[in-house]
Formats: sequence, structure tokens, C-alpha cells
Amino acid sequence: MVYVENKPGVLTRVASLFRRRAFNIDSLTVGRTEKPEVSRMTITVEADHDQAKRIEANLYKLVNVLLVENITNQPAIVRDLAMIRIAATHGSRSHVLELASVFRARVVDVSTESLTIEITGGEDKIDGLLEVLRPYGILEMVRTGIVAMRRGSKSGEVISPVQSAVTSAGGDDVAYSV
Amino acid sequence: MDKNANLNPNPKNAPIAEETKMMTGAGILWECLEREGVRVVFGYPGGAILPAYDALKHSKIHHILVRHEQGATHMADGYARASGEVGVAVATSGPGATNMVTGIATAMLDSIPIVCITGQVGSKLIGSDAFQETDITGVTLPITKHNYLVTHANEVARTIREAFYVARSGRPGPVLVDITKDAQQGTCEFDWGAAKPQLPGYRPDLSPAPEEYQRALELIHNAKRPVILAGHGIIVSGAMREVRDFAERAGIPVALTLLGLGAFPASHPLNLGMMGMHGEAWVNHTIQEADLLLAFGMRFDDRVTGNLKNYAQNAKKIHIEIDPAEINKNVKVDVPLVGDLREVLLELMPHVESIDRSEWLDSIDSLKGDSAVRDIQNLPDNGHLYAAHVINDLWRQTRDAKTIVVTDVGQHQMWEAQYYKHEHPRTLITSGGLGTMGFALPAAIGAKVACPDAEVWVVVGDGGFQMTMCELATLVQENIKINIAIINNGFLGMVRQWQEFFYDRNYAATPLLNPDFAKLAEAYGIRSMTIAERSEVVPAVEAARRHEGPVLINFKVEQEDTVYPMVAAGAALHDMIRRPSPIVETAEDE
Repeated sequence: MVYVENKPGVLTRVASLFRRRAFNIDSLTVGRTEKPEVSRMTITVEADHDQAKRIEANLYKLVNVLLVENITNQPAIVRDLAMIRIAATHGSRSHVLELASVFRARVVDVSTESLTIEITGGEDKIDGLLEVLRPYGILEMVRTGIVAMRRGSKSGEVISPVQSAVTSAGGDDVAYSV
Repeated sequence: MDKNANLNPNPKNAPIAEETKMMTGAGILWECLEREGVRVVFGYPGGAILPAYDALKHSKIHHILVRHEQGATHMADGYARASGEVGVAVATSGPGATNMVTGIATAMLDSIPIVCITGQVGSKLIGSDAFQETDITGVTLPITKHNYLVTHANEVARTIREAFYVARSGRPGPVLVDITKDAQQGTCEFDWGAAKPQLPGYRPDLSPAPEEYQRALELIHNAKRPVILAGHGIIVSGAMREVRDFAERAGIPVALTLLGLGAFPASHPLNLGMMGMHGEAWVNHTIQEADLLLAFGMRFDDRVTGNLKNYAQNAKKIHIEIDPAEINKNVKVDVPLVGDLREVLLELMPHVESIDRSEWLDSIDSLKGDSAVRDIQNLPDNGHLYAAHVINDLWRQTRDAKTIVVTDVGQHQMWEAQYYKHEHPRTLITSGGLGTMGFALPAAIGAKVACPDAEVWVVVGDGGFQMTMCELATLVQENIKINIAIINNGFLGMVRQWQEFFYDRNYAATPLLNPDFAKLAEAYGIRSMTIAERSEVVPAVEAARRHEGPVLINFKVEQEDTVYPMVAAGAALHDMIRRPSPIVETAEDE
């Protein structure tokens, strides 16, 4: 999770950093937070421990980045949202509705030949629904990418005291402040 | 680093800050530059920056008109490297701004604090592909430490203050401020005091955890074969004295990077010399045999490590570095000490034990082996003039004066690094990280403007010189006394050398057809000489030094000389191509 100043061009700076340092972004979401001057990004990247450290350190080099938290091994709530349009004829409609209800997905649009379902949850859950719906014919699908929040008490204060950015202990995945 | 000093570099002006007055954005720009301590800017006017140029008449700042905006950035860069202060370059929108890109990237890779001011089309025209519109903040995003687009007059003051603060603090770097024409023309109340930097996410003042110091000390005290790798960070941090004290107390020899030259006196008994691709052979061998590397403000660039797979394999590593993103980037280190080098060393010093390492130092001496006899200086005179002769003579003649040598990039640059012995920081100015040809002449102009009392020599190849030689006009217009030594071998020498070693001597596109550089200088009214004999070098250097105005000397040197030793790209650091030893050859002949 990356807390950034809510200023024009910050998304470009973050995205450009990943491109320049050759880190591949799986998903990136960005939105407002409880503070109008702060935006929050949830970025999913395939990286080992050392790479994750380097990504963190490089993110901190961006002047507009306030706080970086690596929550890979932290207890966290992770949500993705998908809208799925499925071919649903007279015959198959009730099956699709049944599956949707098993996954606690909602029907948000209906036409004569299709149903549009909205589902929120972890990526696995959405993948699971997609799997069982595929035989009916997925006409269109869109996902937001994940947003995440640490469980328990509030996550790191956005402006925290300066500490050592890098330690030789190495093994920690706990967010540190720079 | 004293954070307050950064925020308020000119405290004597503080009382004025209480007053507010209505000013144009352009007026505020110059006012803020003055308050940041700027005395001179290097620039080139154009449509979108004209309001700023119009307001220049009210400012005490001296503007130096360059001939190409790349020159302006290199001059600002040379100014910064020579003085340690922030250099400033100014250009218009579009092509003016894009011409700055090379200079900005040069400053970025060498961590040089410059602020580039560019004009931009009016804010209502942005995005319309207006005349001379370029998204320069987009273009320079990956090659600036930070950049800004200013669209209102009331953002100018804070942005300029932030730009200077960001450029000079932490790991320094270039900052670009793009100011729309209407932001320059608009008026607002100017209040310096209220325009304090607001950078909640920017924290340049890191310091290591106490336990890291402990771990570092253990490694230092247990090491039998330690080496200090001295980098540019020493000069940036102003830690020359601390490094010397540390090396002397701990008895640890010092190897330098190219940009570290001058950070540790060349004549110091613990100075080994330069490391890396064209470093001294014994220095590279020493690093490979070390059991502890102390990296001081250097970043394990591929030009100093050679192949990482077999780099200093038996050595533990301590990395003192201000930029956390450099830790474990190329070389995995055992103890990172993230912080300002000078402060970290001051913290370490009281706990460092004095240890006798004469055995290690003696063994390094024995590594020097036959290096001396392979040295071109010691080879019998064959009547040819070699670049090394020129540089060595230049060093002998100018070593006692406060001399700044500014090099370009290529063979002559490496020979300068090998044969000009730098005793003091900021006396070698060279483009290391980006390796920018065309850097020398404009950077030297910047250096001379920063240090008018210094003797400034440009050491430049015939290729690189022609990339920015238009700045000879700037030199003359501003009546700047520098001396230019063209090391003219009629080739793009370093590329030719690679072709010689790795491309079967296929000299594709490396032979140069040059103008008569002496005549060219004369066209600008610059005194010139052409030298091809070794005996003429010293008299020419002395004549140049005596002459009041700028002098250009065209040294016609051996065409196919080679920089030795050389670690081929991708080879291990100890695997060097050496200059053939005359003794070995004689022995084989017999």
C-alpha cells in the first residue's frame, strides 16, 4: 500500500518508477482516503523479499510518496470487485442466479439474453465464480484490481518519525518508515 | 546535514520575508533565486520564457547567454560540482527544454544539484500542441530528482524554494521547474516567509540504527584485509577530513572511484589509486583479495565492480550511503549504514580501534609488481606524443596552483584520471555515470564562473569537443579565462579501443575528419597552438597559463594508443588487459 500526496501527476510518477526499474505491476488501484490531501494506492507486484525492499526504497525516493507498507505477510482485508456479463437464456438463467447467490454476488443488470453480476471479495473468490460461470459464456468482464487494508488497529500514521530505512536484519516484512 | 541551513540558506534576508508586496511571477522567480543564493544563471531565451527575461533587468543575478541549452545545463552542473552550490539553467519551452535533457540526465546520474527553469506555453494552451509546447515534466520525469509544473504566479515562490531544497538535500540531484507564460505574467502577493517548502513525504535526513554501528565496528575490528572504496558521496557530504581520520586510525587503504578522485589525497600513503574498468591493476587485485569492503558514498557501478558474480567474493561489505535504494542494488551488503557519510563517520570514529595492518599494506605493495615498467611514462621515448605525456606534464606544471581539470568522456578522461594526481576535492570535474561527450567545455565554463580564482583546464577529445564547441562563443562573450587541451588522436578513441579489442579492429565510424582546431579558435578570437612534440608540451602549457584570455591547445597525439589496464565489460575485476611489459617482451626475445 502506498500513501501519496493527492497531486496531479503522482500516479504517473509511481507507474513510471515501476516501468523504469523493470518491476511488473499486476494490479494498481488508486483512490481518495479519509484525508483529502492523501491518496492511497494498492499495488500488487510479483517480487521476492529483496525486490520488495528495493521497490519500497525506490518508492520513497519519490518526493510525493508519504508512506509505503508491504502487507504481503500481514493480516489484511483484501478486496477486488468484478462485473461479469453472462449469456443467460431462458433455460440457463436460474442456474446462473443460483451460482451467483452461492458466491453472494448481486445481479445488477438484466436483459433478454444476459445477466450482469457484481461480485466483491478476494481474488480467489472472484476467480472461483468466473470458473463456474465460464461454461455459460462470459460475454464481458471487468475487475477493479484489489484494494487492501490492514486488520486491527489503524495502519501506519502517514507522517511518522524518521527511522532507519534499511537494516541488516533483513527478515522483517513489517512496514518501516523512511 | 543541517536541515535548517537547507531550508533557509540565506538567513540574513529573513527579516525582509515579513514584508509582502505585489509582484509578477517572473519577478518572484528572480527574487527567490537571489534569496536562494544564486549569483549567476546560464540560459537561452525564447517565447515562453520571455516574461522572465524581461524581469531580469530588476535582478542582481548575472545571466550568461549560452549557445545551446545543453551547454546551459552542463555549465550549471560544472558550477555545482566546482562550488558545491546549486547551479541554475534557464531555457524556453519546447526545443529549449528538450535540449536540456542530456544535461539533466548527466546531473541525475552523478547526483549533481541543479535547478532547471523552463518556460511553458500559457496554461490554457497546455495539451493543445501549441507552438513550442512539449510536456517537459513528462519527458524529464525519470531523469530528475523531482520536477514541477507551475501554472499560477502564486505557486512560484514555494516551488522555487522546494526545488532548491530538494536539489541540494539528501542525495542531490536535478530539479526542473516548468513555469507557464501566464504564471510568469500574473501578479500576486509575494511572501517569502509564507512560501516555506511543504514536502511531507520527503525525508532526506536518515540515520542508521545504533545496532548497525555495532555490527560495522565488529567487522572493522575483525578484518585482516580491509579496503575503503571512496566515492563521490565523500565530496557531497564534505567528509574528506573524516575519511582521512578514519583511514589513518584504522590503518585501512583507500581505493577511489572516478568521481571519488580528490576525495582522498593522491599523495597520501594509504591512497591506492583508482579502481574499476581502467583502475590500477593492484587496486583491482586488492579489492578482489580483501576480506572487508567499506563502501563510502559509492554505488557499486558496473564500471567499478566488473562481473558481480566474482566480485570481492571473500569480503564482507559495509555500505555507508545516503540513498536507501542503493543498498543491495548491485552488491549484497552485510551492514548498511544509511545516512550522511560525514555524520556516520563521526559517530563511528570514537569507537574505531587503531590496528596495525602493515602486513596487509605490504602485501598490497607487492601487488604493484611490474606496473611501473608497463607505465607509458617509463617506456623509452619513441618520438611519439602520447596523451599520457600531455596529462602528466600538465599535472606537473599545475599541481601547485588551485587547478580544476574538467574532462570530457573517453580515453583522455581515463588518462586524466590515471595521470593527473588530484589532492583536493572538486578539482576533477567529469561526467561519470552518464558518460556524456560534450560535457567538458560547458562544464568548465560553469566551474570557472563558480571559482574565478581557480585555474581551469579543459581536457577533451577531438570527438567530444565538437559536440559542444559552439560554447567557445560563450567563453569569448563572457571573457572567461580557461585553457583547453584537445587530446586529438583523430579517432573516437575509446570506441576505437573497443573495436580493437572486441570487434577485430573493424574501425566502423570511428576515424574523424577534424577541422583545424587552431584556426577554429582563432575565428573566435581565442589564442591557439598546435603541438605534436613531447618537448613542446610544457612550454605550451606555460604559455597558456601566462596568457590573459582563453587558450586552446591542439595536442596531436598517438592515434592508436590504448587505455590500460582494461577490465572488459562482463569480465571479472581481476581479469585485466594490460599494457605489454617491455621487460617481458625483451625476455621473450632472448
